[in-house]
Amino acid sequence: MALSADEVNKIAHLARLGIDEQDIEHYASDLNNILDLMTQMGELNTDDVQPMAHPLDQVQRLREDAVKEEDQRDHFQKIAPQTENGLYLVPKVID
Amino acid sequence: MHNQSISELGQALRDKKISSVELTQYFLDRIKRHASLNSFITVTEELALQQAQAADQLLASGQARALTGIPLAQKDIFCMNGVKTTCGSKMLDNFIAPYDATVIKQFNAAGAVTLGKLNMDEFAMGSSNETSFYGAVQNPWNTDTVPGGSSGGSAAAVAARLTPAASGTDTGGSIRQPAALCGITGLKPTYGRISRYGMIAYASSLDQGGPMARSAEDAALLLQVMAGFDEKDSTSADQPVPDYLAELNKPLQGLKIGLPQEFFTADLDSDIAAAVETAVAEYKKLGAEVKDVSLPNLKLAIPAYYVIASAECSANLSRFDGVRFGYRCDNPEDLTDLYTRSRGEAFGQEVKRRILMGTYALSAGYYDAYYLKAQKVRRLISNDFKQALSEVDVIMGPVSPSTAFAIGEKSGDPIQMYLSDIYTVAVNLAGLPGMSIPAGLVDNKPVGLHIIGDYFAEARLLNIAHQYQHVTDWHTQCPPGFE
Repeated sequence: MALSADEVNKIAHLARLGIDEQDIEHYASDLNNILDLMTQMGELNTDDVQPMAHPLDQVQRLREDAVKEEDQRDHFQKIAPQTENGLYLVPKVID
Repeated sequence: MHNQSISELGQALRDKKISSVELTQYFLDRIKRHASLNSFITVTEELALQQAQAADQLLASGQARALTGIPLAQKDIFCMNGVKTTCGSKMLDNFIAPYDATVIKQFNAAGAVTLGKLNMDEFAMGSSNETSFYGAVQNPWNTDTVPGGSSGGSAAAVAARLTPAASGTDTGGSIRQPAALCGITGLKPTYGRISRYGMIAYASSLDQGGPMARSAEDAALLLQVMAGFDEKDSTSADQPVPDYLAELNKPLQGLKIGLPQEFFTADLDSDIAAAVETAVAEYKKLGAEVKDVSLPNLKLAIPAYYVIASAECSANLSRFDGVRFGYRCDNPEDLTDLYTRSRGEAFGQEVKRRILMGTYALSAGYYDAYYLKAQKVRRLISNDFKQALSEVDVIMGPVSPSTAFAIGEKSGDPIQMYLSDIYTVAVNLAGLPGMSIPAGLVDNKPVGLHIIGDYFAEARLLNIAHQYQHVTDWHTQCPPGFE
C-alpha cells in the first residue's frame, strides 16, 4: 500500500501545501516509512474499544451565550499582511 | 548567584541584598556571554528591566510573592503581547503577538520578569531542536550534541544557568526528554492542568505546558503560578490547585514504585538502565517498595501518537494561510497560490511531513484505518496505565533510550527520531503527569529518571522528586564551563 508521487501531490494539494517537484519522491519515501510504522497498529484487535478523544473523557463545557469580548479588530489587523477598511485583502477571487 | 535556587533568590530580593534590576541585568549579561548556545530566539532586555523595576517597587512596599522579581524565560510557543512569538518557524518570524497567553498573564501577575523567548523545534515538532527555523541549540554539557526537543532552548538555558527556570510544553515528551538530556528537572502536568490559551497549538488533545527548572522545589514554585482552571481553554481542567510546596517534605515510607518490564528492553542503553536502577535503589533506601508492572501495548504508543499528533497538527496548522497574520508569499497569482506558496515557503520539512501525514490519515477512506484506530489504541494504552497505577503509586523508568546525540546524527531519519520518544509519548496519550529528574551522568552526559503518576498527582510527583534531590546531588551538577 505504498503512496505514489501522484498521491503525495494530491495530499499536498488537499493541505494547500506547496512542495517542490524535486522533493516529492523524498516525501513519498518518508511517508511510506512512517505508514509502515503505523500499520503495526493493525496487529491489535480493537473491535469493541471505545475511541479515546480526550484523556479525561471530559465533555465540552457550555457557557452562557453572552458577549464578553470587546472588538479589537484594528489591533488584530495591525499584524495582517494586507488590509483595507477593516477587511483582509487577498487576490481577486471573482472576476 | 546563578547557582542559587528560586527560593534563595526570592529571599535575597526580599532581604534587599540585591534588587530585581541587578538580578535581571546579571542574567541578561550571562545570556549575552553564552549566546553561542542559541537557546534564545528573542531577548526581551528592555521589557525585562521594566518588569524588574516594577518588581522592585512591589518588593519595597512589602507586597512581594514567591516569584516577584525573579527572572524567567518563556518557550517561544507562548504568545506575549507586543513581543515577537515565532514558535520556531519562518511562518511566524514577523508575528508580534497581539495578546498574552494565560500562562504569561499568570507569570506577569506573579511579578516575574521575562528575560526572553526560548528556541524550540518548529511548532514543537521534533525531539532535538534541530527543526527550528532559528537553527539548532547546543547542549551545554557537550556543545556538539543536541539539547533534545522540542523545548530544547528552555532546557539548555536552564542547564547553562542563563535563567533560573523556564516554561516548556510537552506534546509527546517535549519537556521531559530535553530535561533529561540537559540534566534539569521538568514536569509535564496532567492534561488540562495548565491553560493552553495563547500556547500555539500543535496537537490539541496532547499539548500541555509545564515548568522546567533545576530542582523539584523550583518547579513547584512555577507550577503554583501556572496551574489552574481557565475558561478561555475549552479543555482546561476545573480542579482545585493544591499547595505544591506543602507536600514536598512528606516522607516516602511505603511508596509503591512500579517498573514496567516493557521499559527495560534491549533498545535501552545499558548505562541508562543502570542509572535508573541506581536511582530506584536510592528510593528503596528512602522506604519505597518496588514492584514489576506491565504496559502491554507500549510498543504501539509510537504509531498511535504519530497518527493522532499528525492529524491534529494538520487541522491546527491550517490557520496559517498567509491571510490574517504570519508569512505571505510575494506576488500570489490567485488565492490558491497564496495559500499554497505561503505555506510551502514558510514551513520546514518536518512540519510539512506531519501535515501531509495528518492530511492523509484524516482523508476520506483512511480515517477509520488510521485516526479512529489510533484513538482506540490510545484507549488501550490509557487502560494499561490505569491498571498499573491501581497496583502502584508511581511508575519509574528511563526518559530517553540514549543520552544526548550528536547534532545532525538523526536529523535525516524521521523514523529514528520518532522511535526515541518511546518512553514519553504514551504518557501524553493517557494524559497523565510525568517528570524527568537528573539521575546520573554517562560519559559526562546527563541521564533522566522518569516518574509517572496518576491524574492530578503533581504534588506527589514533586514530593517524590524533591525527596530524591534531598539525598542526591545530580540536580546540582553544572555543565563544565558554566559554573
